[in-house]
Amino acid sequence: MTILTMSLLIWAGSLVAGFIGSLTGLGGGVVIVPLLALVFHVDLKYAIGASLLSVIGTSSGAAAAYVRDGLSNIRIGMFLEIATTLGAIAGAAIATHVATGAVAVVFGIVLLVAAATSFRHPDLPHASGPPDRIAAALGLHGTFPDLHGDVQYTAQRVPAGFGIMAIAGGLSGLLGIGSGALKVIAMDDVMRLPFKVSSTTSNFMIGVTAAASAGVYLARGYLDPVLAAPVVLGILPGALLGARLLPRVHSRVLRIVFAAVIAVLAAEMLYQGATGRL
Amino acid sequence: MSRWTDVRTEHVIGGLLRAGVMASTALVLVGAVVTLVKHGGDPAAFQVFRGEPPALRGIAGIVREALVFSGPGIIQLGLLVLIATPVARVAFSIFAFAAERDRTYVVITAVVLAVLCFSLFSAGL
Repeated sequence: MTILTMSLLIWAGSLVAGFIGSLTGLGGGVVIVPLLALVFHVDLKYAIGASLLSVIGTSSGAAAAYVRDGLSNIRIGMFLEIATTLGAIAGAAIATHVATGAVAVVFGIVLLVAAATSFRHPDLPHASGPPDRIAAALGLHGTFPDLHGDVQYTAQRVPAGFGIMAIAGGLSGLLGIGSGALKVIAMDDVMRLPFKVSSTTSNFMIGVTAAASAGVYLARGYLDPVLAAPVVLGILPGALLGARLLPRVHSRVLRIVFAAVIAVLAAEMLYQGATGRL
Repeated sequence: MSRWTDVRTEHVIGGLLRAGVMASTALVLVGAVVTLVKHGGDPAAFQVFRGEPPALRGIAGIVREALVFSGPGIIQLGLLVLIATPVARVAFSIFAFAAERDRTYVVITAVVLAVLCFSLFSAGL
């Protein structure tokens, strides 16, 4: 296949991946890596590098809109970015030293978990437990506008949240994905932040996290410009389109179909990774 | 007062992110067109990992390649701008927290920026 044909096909595939990723909230990376590796037989290292770049693009693009809504908490995000960036560098360093098959197996597992958690109910009550000492010292609190006026919140269990963020950063660096689902779990379930705050803050953190591992990937020669170009140029408009349609699409059926597709991709990644085909 | 600066910070950050993404996309698009015009008919070879040539692994090399109008060089420069966009956001946040006289967050943000720079410059130049 020539570079031209391949680029056009990858561009179209990335457009769809960005669209599905943003519509399901899974993120484009989770869809694009299996697509490149399984359908186009792109080497997993190049696929992960290209995905990481598209993750930075979609995060920055979406954050530009969210930041001005005043929903994301810049302080909580910045504090947790210490954990995610350190984790990301560690993850990227690990990725360059382990066998590709092992990375594929981890990817498959993360994909299965992501597919399962996409059914989580997003409206957990953000119970206000005892004030966390670290949260108080670092000002990890805020308010967000609700139907009934401003709602106050304070982060709970900060050390546990920080630890999970380091793992999320590590997976992002290892697999070239945003790890958005894990970031939201850390902020929602562990730190008890309101869903709207955690999802927008997570999005805002994803780009910084991915930039930390992108440096490592660049230096190791994993970022192939000819492959990355159609991926980045496809995922960005795809994700924007998905975000546009998101408020109008609430079909549970759609989510089930996508989760099933993700599960099949996960199984294939696991199988090919374990048998050394990737 | 502090609220006002927060809102203003958010405005600047929003603009910064948008400008970064747009500049990067434009560079990647131009680079892709140049690459496809010159090499579109070559066989694609992403199946086997060879690693990028040293010129496309570091900031100085990428700028040199882009200046001689090499397609992959221009794309890689666009990707560098993309990577630099969140880094610039973090750097700007240091000034914003300093303007709010929030020393704790100046330090926290400086740590994040240091980690990012370590990653970008340790092997990147």
